[in-house]
Amino acid sequence: MATVDTNTPHDALDLVNSQRKKGVEFVVMAILILCSLVAVLVTVGIVLSLIFEAYRFFERIPMTEFLFGTQWSPQTALRADQVAAEGAFGAVPLITGTLLISFIAMCVATPLGLMSAIYLSEYASKRFRDFVKPALEILAGIPTVVYGFFAALTVAPLLRSGGESVGLNVSSESALAAGLIMGMMIIPLISSLSDDVINSVPQAMRDASLGLGATHSETIRKVVLPSAIPGVAGALLLAASRAIGETMIVVMAAGLAANLTANPLEAVTTITAQIVALLTGDQEFDSAKTLSAFALGLLLFVVTLCLNIIALRIVRKYQEQYD
Amino acid sequence: MTDLISPSSQLKGRKSAETRFQWYGRGAIFVSLLFLVVMVGSILTKGVGAFGTTNVAIEVDLGPDAIDPANPADARFEKIVKDALKTQFPEAKKRKDRRMIYGLLSNDMGFELERFVEANPEAIGGTATVWFRASDDFDAVAKGAVDRSLPEDERRMSDKEIAWIDQLTEQGAVERTFNWSFFTNGDSREPELAGILSALMGSALTLLVCFCISFPVAILAAIYLEEFAPKNRFSDLIEVNINNLAAVPSIVFGLLGLSMFLNTFGMPRSSPLVGGLVLSLMTLPTIIIAARASLRAVPPSIREAALGMGASPVQATFHHVAPLALPGILTGTIVGMAQALGETAPLLMIGMVAFIVDVPDSILEPATALPVQIFLWADAPERAFVEKTSAAIIVLLLFLVTMNIIAILLRRKFEKRF
Repeated sequence: MATVDTNTPHDALDLVNSQRKKGVEFVVMAILILCSLVAVLVTVGIVLSLIFEAYRFFERIPMTEFLFGTQWSPQTALRADQVAAEGAFGAVPLITGTLLISFIAMCVATPLGLMSAIYLSEYASKRFRDFVKPALEILAGIPTVVYGFFAALTVAPLLRSGGESVGLNVSSESALAAGLIMGMMIIPLISSLSDDVINSVPQAMRDASLGLGATHSETIRKVVLPSAIPGVAGALLLAASRAIGETMIVVMAAGLAANLTANPLEAVTTITAQIVALLTGDQEFDSAKTLSAFALGLLLFVVTLCLNIIALRIVRKYQEQYD
Repeated sequence: MTDLISPSSQLKGRKSAETRFQWYGRGAIFVSLLFLVVMVGSILTKGVGAFGTTNVAIEVDLGPDAIDPANPADARFEKIVKDALKTQFPEAKKRKDRRMIYGLLSNDMGFELERFVEANPEAIGGTATVWFRASDDFDAVAKGAVDRSLPEDERRMSDKEIAWIDQLTEQGAVERTFNWSFFTNGDSREPELAGILSALMGSALTLLVCFCISFPVAILAAIYLEEFAPKNRFSDLIEVNINNLAAVPSIVFGLLGLSMFLNTFGMPRSSPLVGGLVLSLMTLPTIIIAARASLRAVPPSIREAALGMGASPVQATFHHVAPLALPGILTGTIVGMAQALGETAPLLMIGMVAFIVDVPDSILEPATALPVQIFLWADAPERAFVEKTSAAIIVLLLFLVTMNIIAILLRRKFEKRF
């Protein structure tokens, strides 16, 4: 930093010191850059390991069968001549199951989360807000295994007996129970993200609408929400990606029956639940069965990554608009 | 809205629409909070029972026939307890009835008597009243969790067994105490003996590894990105990467751990080392984002003053900016650790789902973690495990609440407004 004059021996010492300082700084810088590269390395590691293992899977099972097959019954052959020795690896029932449960979750979480956010940011007094906002955030802090336990042991039997009393046959591992609880889990995600978005709508727009004689709710519905739509959409996409990747709730409450159905009262299974089922307790690593978990993982990673990138881009673009 | 000249006809409708809209908002908040209360409440009420345990006093004969005074360790303790039970309930003659009376006590009864004899060697040769742990079904009856009005075949306990239990209760031979063994035992197939110590230790070791890796790496990465990184595509790439990583499903990190740490690097399966590594990769983005926010909150005047006094940029950052941002970074770290403590899915992938009885004492031994223990118990068929699972959840939630309160207090105490 300082300019150094080398005329006196004292200054020469300073120069040595400052060069040593520069050496140290260089090392520090290198460490800093290395640490920030870790994040990139993790992403690369994820992509490489998923692609590598999935490639080994696609060597045995063609990709078209995996993506478009409607039968899912992975099994390892006991004998070489066994019928369907390699099992069936059509991921369609898993994809529809995942979408069904995520859809139910979004149907629960979108109105609740959005209305909570609107009320908190537009109507609530500061005291009410200071109390309710952290309380809603508790929902986000509860581990998902707790939700799974509650869904499987309390909600599912309740739905089953409730369905029986009106003459409906509800499976004990219904998509509805898992979806309902998952929806509850993502409420805080939607509400806090939409809260930020609604707050960043300029006050002048509200004032103009109110000044023209619109009521508060008309202002919200016709002015605030339309201008907040892109941000809200981003929030919903992030929530959807969270729902698709959620594991413990579906492992505990949704079960493993790969049914191709759109009936929320039946049991369905999801990509994440199958990954857990395929990889827990199984030690042999070369069968199509275990490798299929990585193909599913790759599918999951690609889908959630796309959703995240789109969502983050929308949110960011929207923020710039009003800044 | 359209007809502004004669609004009175519509005004009423518009006003009630306004009221309705507000009630939708209140309703949404109410439903969400109600759900929270119901879920936590149901787990609390289910789990509270597991913190107590039922003990039964049985008079055992430790005479010379049963225990050789010269060599007490060789005695068949389980048989002594069973004999004592037979004397207590002489009416149980049939083999089936005998099995029922043995089933009143936990499977550990032999060891319990052995421990008693070791602690009280003077009791050998006479009779002694020893407190035994009751079985899970006995415990349920003592707690009043068994509905006696149900027909016999729909209950876990027959009328006979309930009569025996009532008999013991009348004699004052049944007491309920705090279930310390829930905190000092490892996992067990028997609900009345199962405890969470091994899972707690596993979680602690895993978090330790996770903290030691993610904390320094995240701080250094945040410092680079916030203080030094030039504005170019490379920095953008890192930034986008971190944001995306924060939203990757946790199970994908588990797959990474399985294929990279276990299969490629050959690290020990089920160990807290691998668990901690995987969780640290997961918490990294959380801590980096929090650390960057708190570094950004340090005013530029601090930096400029340090630079003006002749400090190098690295010195200005490490001596002046980073210490001021530290409370915020710590808060973010605690929040990240709390997240890691509750994480289950990636640990399932790397095999931390084993049945672990022993308490792990190094990061290389097979271990399990508290949320995984909850998952395992939730799957167990015995009714009594429902209670145990709820109790383990209560413990987990207590830990999370404590961590979050510490984070909030830290933020309050050190928060500086510049």
